[in-house]
Amino acid sequence: MSRRVAIIATGQTKHTARRPDVNIRELVTEAVARALQDADLTMRDIDAVLLGNMEPFEGFLFPELWAIEGWGGYMKPSVKFNTGGTVGTTTAIAAYYYVASGIYDVVMAVGFQKQSEGHTQTAITTVGDPIWERSVMAGAIGNFAVMATTYMHESGVTEEQAAKAAVKARRNACLNEYAHLQMPDITVEDVLKSEMLAYPVKRLDMCPQSDGAVAVIFAEESKAQKLCPRPAWVKAVATAHEQQYMGDSPKRLAEMRSLIAASRRAYQAAGITNPRRELDVAEIYEVASFAELAMYENLGFCERGQGGKLIDAGVTELTGELPVNPSGGVMSTNPIGATALIRVAEAALQIMGKAGRRQVEGARTALATGYGGNAWTDVIILSREKP
Amino acid sequence: MRRVAIIGAVQTRYEARKASLAYNELVYGVVRELLDRTGVSMREIESMVTASQDAYDGKTISGMAINEVVGAYLKSEAKVAADGLQALLYGVARILSGEFNLTLVVAHCKESEGQPSAITGLMFDPFVQRPLGLDELTAAALQARRYCRKRGATPEDVALVAVKAHRHALKNPYAQRAGAFTVRDVLASPLLADPIHELEAAPRSDGACALLLASEERARQLTDRPVYVVGLGNCTDAYWTERDLAEADALREAARRAYTMAGITDPAREIDVVEISARYAHEELMAIEALGLHPRPVELIAHDRASFINPSGGPLCGNPPTVSGLARAVEAYWQLSGEAGERQIEGARTALAHGAGGICGQNHTVVILRRE
Repeated sequence: MSRRVAIIATGQTKHTARRPDVNIRELVTEAVARALQDADLTMRDIDAVLLGNMEPFEGFLFPELWAIEGWGGYMKPSVKFNTGGTVGTTTAIAAYYYVASGIYDVVMAVGFQKQSEGHTQTAITTVGDPIWERSVMAGAIGNFAVMATTYMHESGVTEEQAAKAAVKARRNACLNEYAHLQMPDITVEDVLKSEMLAYPVKRLDMCPQSDGAVAVIFAEESKAQKLCPRPAWVKAVATAHEQQYMGDSPKRLAEMRSLIAASRRAYQAAGITNPRRELDVAEIYEVASFAELAMYENLGFCERGQGGKLIDAGVTELTGELPVNPSGGVMSTNPIGATALIRVAEAALQIMGKAGRRQVEGARTALATGYGGNAWTDVIILSREKP
Repeated sequence: MRRVAIIGAVQTRYEARKASLAYNELVYGVVRELLDRTGVSMREIESMVTASQDAYDGKTISGMAINEVVGAYLKSEAKVAADGLQALLYGVARILSGEFNLTLVVAHCKESEGQPSAITGLMFDPFVQRPLGLDELTAAALQARRYCRKRGATPEDVALVAVKAHRHALKNPYAQRAGAFTVRDVLASPLLADPIHELEAAPRSDGACALLLASEERARQLTDRPVYVVGLGNCTDAYWTERDLAEADALREAARRAYTMAGITDPAREIDVVEISARYAHEELMAIEALGLHPRPVELIAHDRASFINPSGGPLCGNPPTVSGLARAVEAYWQLSGEAGERQIEGARTALAHGAGGICGQNHTVVILRRE
């Protein structure tokens, strides 16, 4: 019933801690220009632009409208989304629905954040309910510390195993010219010895805050085939929300209800019964080292409680059976409004065979996820085959 | 292509301060009432699109606080941080994609919980414009002045819009402000930012509204009077300092797209009800022109031929930002479903709802609704 939709182009900035040389407009332009160049398009070919950004981090209201010259939206339809960490995948999924609906044929999704212009933890602290949670919620780190200890207790995963995910991320990032934290010599020891932020989360277990932007172009079937030699077809999209209060999801990372629901819905739509075997690569929104291991379990890459063993066995390394985050993931690059859309862009690059030194040979099916708010999840499955 | 229908719509009464309700309670109220009115259970609704602004809610990812009351637990919800009519547009796209049959669309805002001037000041370029102390109101005043000078409109011409709006609102039980004002009353009301007077600007307001969208086949099962979304258009203009503020080019373009989709060639004749999202009186004049309803809007209003424009009174009679556009769709739907009470326009078949966002209307949405 739906029209078929594919990703035909992507573009990213070189993500970094601070880009004092550009403003938001100029930052966004870099990603948009690269995406257009990727498919040899001009803005004339784009019917609508969808934007993802978390404006509290920049202290702006409608920063995208100020930055319009940067994304070429003059006299075009546009809309901005705001859903927290998931905003990039919210935007990608909206681009999919808009193209599938027939309202637009070619839609560009743009995610951006200039994290350095605001104070990240201040903005994250106001995520909490003002009466019940705000006084005890210390931004993202305290929240993850609670989740990580719960997960360690439930699954028996160790700090060393989590540290391996952090090492993998920063080493893979060295193969990605756009990644922010590239650390070729990082060891498990380095992660364990890094500054303790809130037990058991140490500095190198966490994602950085970055300045960056990404653009991904979606097109309906006939245009996709005309404009792109090897499009990344959207095989399934799914979103599942969690309840608002932390106390309502007591198992936190150990049982991620929204990730389970969204991934199973997407697997079913894509005809996947054994994700570890049938997926060739995954770009997941892992935020922190412990979360990556928990996500393996909740995505069904391994049995419950086996996330630590999966990384011990090297299954998710770039050379493993199911490489996870060859790009370096969120632990290497995190401009919040762009982060989840970067997962989609990276998954698409793998399908298109354009991932350079981080390419997973012969990748035909790729998974991308977004994670945000109070533990809600987006899942997108891309494929070399038409759905 | 599939067709999408609206099968129910609900809004709160708009008030300056709903002190007893947190914004999630406000949303709960409209969602509960919508379910009761349509007889649809939350279990059946597969998808939700909400519209709100973190800055007004004083909370990062503020959509989080309403996820449960819109029934999004383990379901697909997305929040547009834009005018509420954009949420309707996305809701329609979701159904047209074939993946969903029922989509809930909700917008809320409690202006009373923040300082509007400080919040709207965040729309301005941080380097050059913010230090000047600009806000939505002062930018609108600059636009009003530019528009009036270019078109030769007088203060009395603009005041007429406010007179009509508040007169219409006398028949609208949801309106926050209504009255049989004269042009003299309007021009004697406090000057907020020259040339805009208090009665020419939307008052600070709290409120929410919700609509339920259905695929054609579901709509036929659930209601005997579906109203179809037959035209959609959206367009974004340049930033406010990089365009002629007297012209609403983006609205003209959004309307052109919506009319083309709906097969409308003569809007003034073919559209029975128009709900314009004018938060300042002069914006209604601009919109009447840009929507192709009349080349000289002042004439239309002065000769009392504008009763089909904003029969609700429009945002001048109370609608918070973000809610403004979606509330227009609620009113337009009620006019077509025969639920508009005393302000019902007899025999209305086709209605237009307009929404706007950004400084001086940088982004515009036009939706055309039609009953069978």
